[in-house]
Amino acid sequence: MDRVTIIGLASICMAVFCMAFGSIAPAFGEAKAIIQALTSIAQQPDEAATISRTLLIGLAMLESIAIYCFVIAIVLIFANPFWNYVAAKPVG
Amino acid sequence: MHLTPDQLVFFRWGFFHLNATVVFTWVLMALLTIGSWLLTRHLAGPEEPGSRWQNAIEAIVGTIRRQIQSMCPVGADTYLPFVGTLFLFIVGSSLLEVLPGWHAPTASLSTTAALAISVGVAVPVFGVLRQGFAEYFRHYLRPTPIMLPFHLLSETSRNLALAIRLFGNIMSEGLILAMLVMIAPFFMPVPMQVLALLTGVIQAYVFALLAMVYITAAVQRGQEG
Repeated sequence: MDRVTIIGLASICMAVFCMAFGSIAPAFGEAKAIIQALTSIAQQPDEAATISRTLLIGLAMLESIAIYCFVIAIVLIFANPFWNYVAAKPVG
Repeated sequence: MHLTPDQLVFFRWGFFHLNATVVFTWVLMALLTIGSWLLTRHLAGPEEPGSRWQNAIEAIVGTIRRQIQSMCPVGADTYLPFVGTLFLFIVGSSLLEVLPGWHAPTASLSTTAALAISVGVAVPVFGVLRQGFAEYFRHYLRPTPIMLPFHLLSETSRNLALAIRLFGNIMSEGLILAMLVMIAPFFMPVPMQVLALLTGVIQAYVFALLAMVYITAAVQRGQEG
């Protein structure tokens, strides 16, 4: 394999791994947060406004972890600096 | 396929590039400014019946104000112009996506970084206005001066997160839409676009909410401990 192939292969595999594993942890975290918030709303429906606002803030924080992984995966596939560097030079 | 509207260049003159981000930001700014100027020209007093446009704008501003008041009961009207403008700008840029040819300017990292930087500037400004210069910046040295780098690091990283979260969400919607147009162009883009509208409004809410949370924390932290 030449260098272009190796870099392309590694970038795509790592982008997939990044997205797959990077979305597992936030998904579990968001699930726990939503479960807890629903339980709290069921126990105290009067506080639903405060609970759902805090839930939204927390979900946004958790979501940003998955978004970081997504941005990195996108950079690896569409705007890979190493790929551009190698592809610009003649193969050798 | 364009990742961000930065890559879509309308006009090129020397090193001066006029890309879609700048164009649509200015279109949206003009819409918001001229629209609110037109709507608030002939406001009716509290006794007389207002027009339906006045009712609409009162509903929007009143809702934002109630949300801010529920988070920060003291001095909510100080923060209403800033946070409300952030919210309306992001909502407008997402909702105008229903127009053909519109590219949301918030899908560019430059726009979201500018919004996050303005939040990052506004938070200390509101804190200093409320508590005074020395009192506000003394917080950075608490509990010990060793914590100073960590305070700075946390403020930087939360502003970075603010920018990247908005950019990632809006950009990913556009990317998914572009891929679906390539795969199943006939039916699938429409439900995804409806979902994109929902996500855009939620992200605008989250952005304004987080900005308000940071401002509230900066304003109130002197009083609690």
